Amino acid sequence: MTLTAYIEGIGLLGPALTDWQNAQTILNGRQPYLPQKTILPSPALLPAAERRRAGAIVKLTLATGLEAIHAAGLDAADLPSVFSSSGGDGENCHAICEMLASADRQISPTRFHNSVHNTASGYWSIATGAMTSSSVLSAFDASFGAGLLEALSQVAADGTRTVLLACDTPYPEPLHSARPIPDAFGIALVLAPERRPQALAKITVSLTDADADRLCDDALENLRIHIPAARGLPLLRAIAIGQDCRVVLDYLDSTRLAVAITPC
Amino acid sequence: MNPLWLSHFTATSSIGCGLDQTLAALSLRRSGLAPCRFDTVDLATFTGEVAGVDDVQLPAHLAEFDCRNNRLAQLGLMQDGFTGAVHAAIKKYGAQRIGVFVGTSTSGILQTELAYRRRVPATGTLPAGFSYRKTHNTFSVADFTRHYFGLTGPAVVVSSACSSSAKVFSSARRMIESGLIDAAVVGGVDTLCLTTLYGFNSLGLISEQACRPYDAQRNGLSIGEAAAFALLERTPEHARKNLSADAVLLLGIGESSDAYHMSSPHPDGLGARRAMQDALNMAGLQPAEIDYINLHGTATRSNDAAEGRAVAALFGKDTPCSSTKGATGHTLGAAGGLEAVICALALQHGLLPAGINTQQLDPALDLDYLLDNRQLPVARVLSNSFGFGGTNCSLIFGRADHS
Repeated sequence: MTLTAYIEGIGLLGPALTDWQNAQTILNGRQPYLPQKTILPSPALLPAAERRRAGAIVKLTLATGLEAIHAAGLDAADLPSVFSSSGGDGENCHAICEMLASADRQISPTRFHNSVHNTASGYWSIATGAMTSSSVLSAFDASFGAGLLEALSQVAADGTRTVLLACDTPYPEPLHSARPIPDAFGIALVLAPERRPQALAKITVSLTDADADRLCDDALENLRIHIPAARGLPLLRAIAIGQDCRVVLDYLDSTRLAVAITPC
Repeated sequence: MNPLWLSHFTATSSIGCGLDQTLAALSLRRSGLAPCRFDTVDLATFTGEVAGVDDVQLPAHLAEFDCRNNRLAQLGLMQDGFTGAVHAAIKKYGAQRIGVFVGTSTSGILQTELAYRRRVPATGTLPAGFSYRKTHNTFSVADFTRHYFGLTGPAVVVSSACSSSAKVFSSARRMIESGLIDAAVVGGVDTLCLTTLYGFNSLGLISEQACRPYDAQRNGLSIGEAAAFALLERTPEHARKNLSADAVLLLGIGESSDAYHMSSPHPDGLGARRAMQDALNMAGLQPAEIDYINLHGTATRSNDAAEGRAVAALFGKDTPCSSTKGATGHTLGAAGGLEAVICALALQHGLLPAGINTQQLDPALDLDYLLDNRQLPVARVLSNSFGFGGTNCSLIFGRADHS
């Protein structure tokens, strides 16, 4: 059983990966990868009140999602969305747990509404005006694969275009030691059921028992291993190289995703 | 959509473990809400706590998953022969052809709340033995569920606050329709924790008494906990003839976003109305063909006002409706699953459950809100689940003999 879609737009943001344009030249080997801390842009699209309250995962999601949708020449308000991340806003979670362990448990309303896993989805709909459906998922290290399957099943079952936003941000200590995500990293993909001129690649995905592909560059492989959203990097590397190929993406311990990629 | 068959389902909440107790409590209008005695919580509020969760023992090979949320998940899975039904489905379809879709809002966060009280003083580190992955992480309850059954296919947690375990039906439907799986274990599990109790309190949304949905004097919600599961299977045309008359089918799903505010619904319930309309469209039904609406009905001022307006705008004032949260409390990420099971019981037993605790209906909300149980044949029902972030999901279920 396979699921097929056309990738029409890509957004990417991570350590020393400032956008898809820049990341392509690193992933295809034309530029060396020199890691440095992820820089998150201020979410200009949000109203001022929400902008002040927006944490890293919101900034990351907005930046990558809008990049992908602009590249595809679409309006975010029209697109269903799939948000996938291992956890939500890590800084916020830490602050709440600290307060709840203290003598004063009166956490603030903003802290509380930012604690839900669908915080980024909520801010996204406010920023873009999208009243469309939004799936908000977690599958720990398998979150990229789970998000990709959800997005592909939307494309296949409902014949709709959708945007996948796979993003992860770090926890501060002491949770960082329990879940050592090193930095913010996100991938956004616009997926479509039919080929249009702006299509970048066709992907055909199936479940497989094969082992996941690794990246040759040690620093990039380090991202792939330690950040769930970066488990999608072998797919983006294949698109950056621009040749027919097959990659295996990490997913669950029991199954991985085989992806056949054909450039358009 | 092609209707999907809820071949087995079960629910465990403060009104009972399994279907028999749940149905009995609804028939007797019994509430599971009681003054909050959870952990060290010092809030004057009522909660719907499930009895016996602390006594549940996970199997030895899953011991690392041990936390309140996964204990309640297991307690839920052990009711009504659900575990046996999934094992039979594995024999029929294969372990890789059954997906796992579980909704939760807070997962095992309680474990981290407790661990933060026991940080090593010198270093601030979390205590030895703390397992973030198997307890706190949002995926934990789906990971536990698939290991509990030995399922090896796609698995995911849907975590969109209080619509989570309604939306699992949608993710499962798409994956079944796309052909990647043949069946799905769907459900919702959420347990009491300090984050939600103190969080809703900070928003002024917690009532000091048992919640009164749609009451003129309603002043907030009561938090509950629950585990609810269903096994979803395809119903090809030829197989539908073999279903029993009272078999429960999923007929339609609508999902939307408010695009309005993080913690307040759109005042006119525009997103809610869109979700209900989309569910009707998917099911190919008119509003008049719905016999009962299980409302989201949290008993906050703003939710019930917005939802009531949306329901009135779409259905008029003649469709019987109620919120069962006066009985169970608001079980957050488990509410969609729990109320889907209550809808299934309504269809099979011809019982429209009253909204209990409510004394005087809000005159601004002109609906056929049930203050008493009503016993009559029920063919099709709609269930609403909405949440923070402006997320909305409506589900329509129907009896096989009317679908």
